[in-house]
Amino acid sequence: MSVPDFAYRRPATLAEALDLLASDPEARALAGGQTLIPALKQRMSRPAMLVDLRSVPEMRGIDVTPERVSIGAMTPHVATATDPRIRAAIPALSAMASHISHPQVRNLGTMGGSISNNDPAADYPAALLGLGAEIETTRRRIPAGEFFLGLFTTALEPGELVLRIHFPRPENCGYIKFANPASGYVTAGAFVARGPAGIRVAINGAGPVVFRFSEAEARLSGDFSTAALDGLTLPAAGLNSDIHASAAYRAQLAVVGTRRALAIALAELPEQIKESA
Amino acid sequence: MIELCITVNGIEQRREVEDRTLLVEFLRDHCHLTGTNIGCDTTQCGCCTVHVDGRAIKSCTVLAAQVDGSEVVTIEGLGQPENLHPMQKAFRHHHALQCGYCTSGMIMQGVDIVRRGRACDEATIRHELEGNFCRCTGYQGIVDAISDVARNAPESCAADRGRT
Repeated sequence: MSVPDFAYRRPATLAEALDLLASDPEARALAGGQTLIPALKQRMSRPAMLVDLRSVPEMRGIDVTPERVSIGAMTPHVATATDPRIRAAIPALSAMASHISHPQVRNLGTMGGSISNNDPAADYPAALLGLGAEIETTRRRIPAGEFFLGLFTTALEPGELVLRIHFPRPENCGYIKFANPASGYVTAGAFVARGPAGIRVAINGAGPVVFRFSEAEARLSGDFSTAALDGLTLPAAGLNSDIHASAAYRAQLAVVGTRRALAIALAELPEQIKESA
Repeated sequence: MIELCITVNGIEQRREVEDRTLLVEFLRDHCHLTGTNIGCDTTQCGCCTVHVDGRAIKSCTVLAAQVDGSEVVTIEGLGQPENLHPMQKAFRHHHALQCGYCTSGMIMQGVDIVRRGRACDEATIRHELEGNFCRCTGYQGIVDAISDVARNAPESCAADRGRT
């Protein structure tokens, strides 16, 4: 047996799930398990109980209206990648989902699980922040800008679960990531959007948590074109630095990524959203 | 302990197992279906790929309890030595294996790729194989085999055979 022991529960209702999670301080919610199960194997997490959320109806389903796209927390990446309504409404989001990890993981991994984990090298935080999404939880609605707080840290309180993610529909959007060729994790990525939340540029992978690239936003607010980004730089201070990429290199990738994501948003570039770096 | 009922290759497998049992452990240790291999055990290599309700997943990274009530198809359910699935025949024909350790996962993933219509060109096949590692062949034979089945026998991948 490669994982330590725990009790498995699959509640049929949200109320039952919340009760189970409240019943034991060592209980943890299980979404798709594509991060949690590897973490169990490495003994990074030792829950006494896993509460599988797959049967909770409030966390399922995709709704698309003329104003917004609403995605249940337990929606697997493959559904976000292939739903034609999402592809039409927010093409960069479905393109992003179709390049998360690899196909087998996309069949199980979920949006709610990914954003609750908030890995700095994850993809979705850039989409949520870039589009100005709102996270509906079991207690409240949290704007993306107040949700992703730090390295593997979110605004979620103990026992609070993500139910759905609500995205306003943008006019233009584009995403590109430079991913480590071995692990597939994001070295640096950029999500550019123009829409109800204004003009936003969200950078993932480069820092300990997704952040808005304010100088790029300011320039694009005056002129939403690649020319507006000429000479743009991002300070490297505070960015991640490891054996794969220095902070300065990540800063440069973020700038190049912003340019290419904008070109995708403007349909000047085909959707080649993933490159190795 | 937890009682599970998982349909594996068309046969109901009712077993009482520890809650922590991974699907690959359920298949190998409890059902004695050892065609599904454990390679890296870290969700990278794809040796343990099986189909759950018609979708390819990595059985080392899902609990057996998570797929309770589901239909699982493994390499044993795809074809038999005397009646190989077209994907198995294509792997043999194109020399798409050497040591064979990744092969059952590659074949299960190959069937999934063709089923989803993603074997349209070489670049797409390679993108779809990102979760399967082969350390022998250099992948060319694998890509050729999947492409061959997509061209000549796509209907063989439409639904899992062996489910009776």
